[in-house]
Amino acid sequence: MKPVYINSIGSVSAQKTFDNKEFLNEIRDYNDTVIHVIDPNYKEYIPPAAARRMARGIKMSTVSSKNALTEAGIENVDAIIVGTGLGCIGDSERFVSDIIKNDEQFLTPTRFIQSSHNTVAGQIALGLGCKGHNFTFVHSAVSFESSLIDAKMMLQNNEADTVLVGGVDELVEHHVTTHRLIGHIKKEPVTSKDLLQSKTEGMVMGEGSHFFVLSNKKSNSCYAQLLAVKTFNTLAKDQVQQKIIALLEKQEMTIKDIDLVILGNNGDVNYDDYYEQLSASLLKNTSQAYYKHLSGEYDTATGFAFWLANKILKTQNIPESVQLNTVEPSKLQTILVYNQYRGENHSLTLIQKC
Amino acid sequence: MSELKQELKEKIIEQLNLEDVSVDEIANDDPLFGEGLGLDSIDALELIVMLDKDYGIRLADPKEGRKIFESIDTMAAYIAANRTN
Amino acid sequence: MCKGVAITGMGAISAIGNNVQENYDALVSGKIGISRISKVDTVHKNDIMVGEIEMTNDQLKQELGIAKETAVSRTALLAMLAADEALKQAGINDINDCETGLISGTTVGGMDQSEKYYFEYLESDEHWGHINGLHAGDSTQKLADHLGLTESFVSTISTACSSAANAIMLGARMIKSGQLDRVVVGGTDSLCKFTINGFKTLMILSDTYNTPFDDERKGLNLGEAAAYLVLESDEIVKRDNKKVLGYVTGYGNANDAFHQTASSENGDGAVLAMEKALKVSGLNPSDIDYVNAHGTATPNNDLSEGRALLRMFGDQVPEFSSTKAFTGHTLAVAGGIEAVYSVLALQNNVIYPNLNFKTPMKEFNLLPQTTVKQKELRHVLSNSFGFGGNCSTLIFSKEAQ
Repeated sequence: MKPVYINSIGSVSAQKTFDNKEFLNEIRDYNDTVIHVIDPNYKEYIPPAAARRMARGIKMSTVSSKNALTEAGIENVDAIIVGTGLGCIGDSERFVSDIIKNDEQFLTPTRFIQSSHNTVAGQIALGLGCKGHNFTFVHSAVSFESSLIDAKMMLQNNEADTVLVGGVDELVEHHVTTHRLIGHIKKEPVTSKDLLQSKTEGMVMGEGSHFFVLSNKKSNSCYAQLLAVKTFNTLAKDQVQQKIIALLEKQEMTIKDIDLVILGNNGDVNYDDYYEQLSASLLKNTSQAYYKHLSGEYDTATGFAFWLANKILKTQNIPESVQLNTVEPSKLQTILVYNQYRGENHSLTLIQKC
Repeated sequence: MSELKQELKEKIIEQLNLEDVSVDEIANDDPLFGEGLGLDSIDALELIVMLDKDYGIRLADPKEGRKIFESIDTMAAYIAANRTN
Repeated sequence: MCKGVAITGMGAISAIGNNVQENYDALVSGKIGISRISKVDTVHKNDIMVGEIEMTNDQLKQELGIAKETAVSRTALLAMLAADEALKQAGINDINDCETGLISGTTVGGMDQSEKYYFEYLESDEHWGHINGLHAGDSTQKLADHLGLTESFVSTISTACSSAANAIMLGARMIKSGQLDRVVVGGTDSLCKFTINGFKTLMILSDTYNTPFDDERKGLNLGEAAAYLVLESDEIVKRDNKKVLGYVTGYGNANDAFHQTASSENGDGAVLAMEKALKVSGLNPSDIDYVNAHGTATPNNDLSEGRALLRMFGDQVPEFSSTKAFTGHTLAVAGGIEAVYSVLALQNNVIYPNLNFKTPMKEFNLLPQTTVKQKELRHVLSNSFGFGGNCSTLIFSKEAQ
């Protein structure tokens, strides 16, 4: 089977990640329960006529996908695969609210069209004139990983040579309000630095868009090789360790071969256990990093983790702001990303320097 | 009539989010679709809702819109002749 | 990539039946499921017709043994009923006895409940159980729990009206590449104000019975359904000595890259999808014995798809029909329920009628099959197209290729 390379990256997040030349040079600290992306100058990327109907998620994704394509030095791809927990939920919410408020009268099509979960993948295809495979996965915290799995399979089996893969989610008001009601979002603000010590229920919600060009041919811009991705709909706490070992075994590796593990701790007192027990056992002697204090939690937050992992391998540098323990890696060759959300939808992603 | 035309231009800009277009830039006989203002079939559906909501004119078939929305002139003439509010 | 993808179980619920057999009986006896809407309280109820499933949410819960007060969307309930039937037919007692996955397609997920309580959530906690149902993946997650599937690949595809077709495609690819031994694939969507009003704004809803491929067609009827197939690898079929209903032999997805909602005039995406599917299956166009068309009865789709069929098959277009006159357009599920119909067609050597057809379209000389026809079928091709230019084709065959 052919290897899978991550040839380029593009990101819009709550940190200044839209400039590929930088790598968390300046950290934006937050003290809130929700955090928004730092907007790039969208006008530089999107002509006004095209922008007028675009939801935030599409705008963010236009920027991050364009940056990824530019860095890879290509103008088109064979396939586009997008993961999104909620799609352009801002438009969905407005459409529902208009239905109720106007008693189903005088509704306009634009919001409905943007509500279709595959609108981001569809609009990117429309913009590029890309007639290839076009998939959208919408499965909570494994939406992005599902896309990676699909892309990897396409590249390894010669169904495509170049795939644009991304994850996007946008933060909108009604969704935040309702999820705060059910305790999924923190009720009290917490600073970025104190997130993991908050000892309160729920997460700090964020948003972002992260795109990558994956290929079975290595380009000069290559960041890393994607070795494995696996997801699990359920996993008991004591099973996580075993699944990590099994995944590594398949690659003929042990935990000693992992130079850094990136964990999805989001400061939710009820669920961070999944990570803490690993930190204290299997990963005790492994260098550990975290990121949700920088990105916020959202369905495709692992897109940020994937971006981070690729950046770390390329720059051979772990920014201080993401370090979770004091173990110094002897080299930076192989990174494992582990994530779960509220005890469900676990994912393991393994990448290696190329 | 010229008041109605002015009103239509303002509404079109607002409803269709044409941030970079000003009222003065739209001539009364400019084509709204294709080469003129560059509107498309989704905009046509938006304008059909506007006819219904603001002027009480209901179109049953979206194809009827094509002739009506040719320009500000044709739109204003149609509205003046058919409005119910 | 040389493994067969066997279909060993099917389940379906739609406006024409609560299980696979009822659906089949309706198709061959010409019993349509289109009516006025009764379960969604919409102001448009006298302007539209829909393919509504008879069972109420309470009846579905009772059938499934779920307590009445449990917060579950209709979308998830329909999914459970159809998937249970599929697993039963496949004779699966322990779903975790091999590497099993679940891939479900949906467009609106639990919107049927979300839209009811959208503002009420802010006033009272009575319906907070439905808040999480707005996540499209929630109906799939609930289905996985219902089936007892653990530690597995579970995901949701949402590519508008080709969602279930794409779920079947992904499942077939995962079996072929050895990632899964077994996968439950399909889709679910329930009628709700959200989609009724959405399609209303696009002005493509018919006020009467939909008439696919007819020159006078006025638009589509929305429908609701759930349909799932169990796909299994050759090894599992052999291990468990399974009866195989048919095989997924071809699949292809392409993007029209033309317009956010409309299909291109010449059906470029549709042609690409059909070409890819034929290539995967190793078949020639002349091997296709029947086409289950997308045929939504909108002016745009049927013209575009008709042209695509002509481009693909030339003057040898096989018998084709759209079954949407029976079920309505079931959105995400279209490719799933029509996959079930395609396999039933193969099993029974029967082509279903394209109902309500009177006047041929003036743009070309294409006549759908309008009566039930017996014919030896080996390969059936099924199309599903969605917003965002998403075009999918699946090919089902009696034998593995």
